[in-house]
Amino acid sequence: MTEESPEITPKADGIADPAKPEPPPQAPVSPAPQFELAADMPLLRIEGVGKTFGSFRAVDRLSLDIRAGEFFALLGPSGCGKTTLLRMLAGFETPDEGRILLGAKDIAQVPPHLRPVNMMFQNYALFPHLSVRDNIAFGLKRAGMARDEIATRVAEMVALVKLEGMEKRKPDQLSGGQKQRVALARSLARRPQVLLLDEPLAALDKKLRESTQLELMDLQRRLGMTFIIVTHDQEEAMTMASRIGVMDAGRLEQVATPRELYEAPHSRWVAEFIGDVNLFDGEVGWRENNRLLVTTREGVTLAVTEPRQRVTKATVCVAIRPEKVKLSRRAPVSDAANTHAINRLEGVVTDVSYLGGLTAYKVKLESGAVVRASVANTARLDIDAYLAGQRVMAWFAPDDCMVLEQ
Amino acid sequence: MSARSIFARPARLAAIAPYLWMVLFFLVPFGFVLKISLSQTAIAQPPYVPLFDLTAGWAAIKAALSELSLDNFKLLVSDSLYISSYLRSIFVAVTSTAILLLIGYPIAYGMARLPQRWQPIAMMLVIVPFWTSFLIRIYAWINILQHDGLLNKMLLALHIVSTPVVWLSTDTAMYIGIVYSYLPFMILPLYATLAKMDGALIEAASDLGASPGRAFWLVTFPLSLPGVGAGALLCFIPIVGEFVIPDLLAGSGSMMIGQTLWLEFFTNKDWPVASAAAVALLLLLIPPLLLYDRLQRRTLRGGG
Repeated sequence: MTEESPEITPKADGIADPAKPEPPPQAPVSPAPQFELAADMPLLRIEGVGKTFGSFRAVDRLSLDIRAGEFFALLGPSGCGKTTLLRMLAGFETPDEGRILLGAKDIAQVPPHLRPVNMMFQNYALFPHLSVRDNIAFGLKRAGMARDEIATRVAEMVALVKLEGMEKRKPDQLSGGQKQRVALARSLARRPQVLLLDEPLAALDKKLRESTQLELMDLQRRLGMTFIIVTHDQEEAMTMASRIGVMDAGRLEQVATPRELYEAPHSRWVAEFIGDVNLFDGEVGWRENNRLLVTTREGVTLAVTEPRQRVTKATVCVAIRPEKVKLSRRAPVSDAANTHAINRLEGVVTDVSYLGGLTAYKVKLESGAVVRASVANTARLDIDAYLAGQRVMAWFAPDDCMVLEQ
Repeated sequence: MSARSIFARPARLAAIAPYLWMVLFFLVPFGFVLKISLSQTAIAQPPYVPLFDLTAGWAAIKAALSELSLDNFKLLVSDSLYISSYLRSIFVAVTSTAILLLIGYPIAYGMARLPQRWQPIAMMLVIVPFWTSFLIRIYAWINILQHDGLLNKMLLALHIVSTPVVWLSTDTAMYIGIVYSYLPFMILPLYATLAKMDGALIEAASDLGASPGRAFWLVTFPLSLPGVGAGALLCFIPIVGEFVIPDLLAGSGSMMIGQTLWLEFFTNKDWPVASAAAVALLLLLIPPLLLYDRLQRRTLRGGG
């Protein structure tokens, strides 16, 4: 799962990609690329990059292409190697093997101060002895820019992150959100070809994080810059990124759009990592039209729509997202039963969690397996809510099932 | 209420204890010294007049107080011996502090950049010499620096010099002794500042295009200035009053104020003048002490 072609190919199961609007071709302060990119060439190509710390394989021969103007997220649990990969892109770690091509140049061995990329640090790493203005100007001075040019650029950056009037303050006189903006302005000031963001919103509280996510997306779109963000927060990655690389144990498990990751995960691991999921291990029985009948370990037969790539293995895992599991008191009427509710599981509600927008139910089947279902609370007064101990029918359509072979 | 009163009294006592200590062992003795510095010398035991005779009543005390004068302080500013002693003390302290900074900074910087598990060992290596008596270490230096000492033997063996160099009883020997003795006082505050510095700041500097050298001068060094200040003052203040090292290692040509003091007390038996010199020294050291205090407060407030 380490190679990903530059174009998004339409994936199985008819998952379309409305995703994020593409960045406009010409943005007001877009960084002029310093070299011509061949039309089909990615801006950044990571080729078989590996890094080992002692006996720990942090990044394992990983390959990835990132196009210019993308908002790419590296998502994974802690210790999956996403930060190490980002640090290799910034130059703080040197890969043991492989190449990192920026345009046509291999930058794997170039020291950080000579790379045309910039990084926004997790805890911002603002220089505490310098004012906001001098923090932002730091990189520009190192680039040997003329004084008046620096002043213009700093003013431009201060306006971009809406920090007018704060230029003379020191970092310890700023709030968390303001520090975050200074860090962003500082890393954008040099107009890097790629901006790396290491958990940029982790230090903000939830409300601020949400509004900052939108601002970051807006900024990236306006600047037309390439952003690579590292995060362990899947909601954050799905909100902001146009593509996500899910990492585990130093490898990319899947690279796809947020929707693809959720609706068509490649593996059981990805299905479980992104969102909630009900999993049923079973054996493929027989095929019928384009349906696959899978007999689960619990002895239930589930009908699922066969994915475009034909299932070759006999042992598979059927995955269904909780919001796609419907509940009813009685068996659905025959018409619906034929088309949508072929998979019916009878059980008892054991757990009801009201979460505001939706209610999460746990239904214990006769076999002992637990099915999770979440129901959107579309009406304010819900006289129909299920109670713990109630007998219900959980049902779902074959189209909503995902068949995972690994 | 009751729980409070149980703890209130011992807690208050504990809070008073350091002040009691200061009053008993600093303020009261200082009062004695100040009083002696204002009286006249006499061939007597103790060698000064007047003494307070508390049993003689208020009139006697008033008479004794009227005898006090600032003559000794006037002598301090008029006699070039004292002025040159003070100037030499300050010069020696400034020079030594500068040398200490030049040697101590790289050591502290190296220590702070060691792998985490080696740092306590490096710290021990800096502190261990303190387990030997200070005097013994200075005598060891006499041994090393003397005419047929270790240093000359080495220099001769390596054919760097053809005749033994005179080390002992020179300013060089004194500076060696001072720098050697005070080095830990310079290294430890510097190390403390450098070790707690966020490594991400250096990475941020290099990410923004600063070469390692620029990153050091633009980020590491300015941020270590509180440590530099603390280390410098921690060395400067006691070096000004240093007596043993210059007495044992330097020549007898010119004296530091500590030596002059000693001479007045024990050779000349002029306790009032010696006391006046001591009071003057203390006054001289108040500005750097206040500066040190302010620095410490600022680090405490801004640190974390």
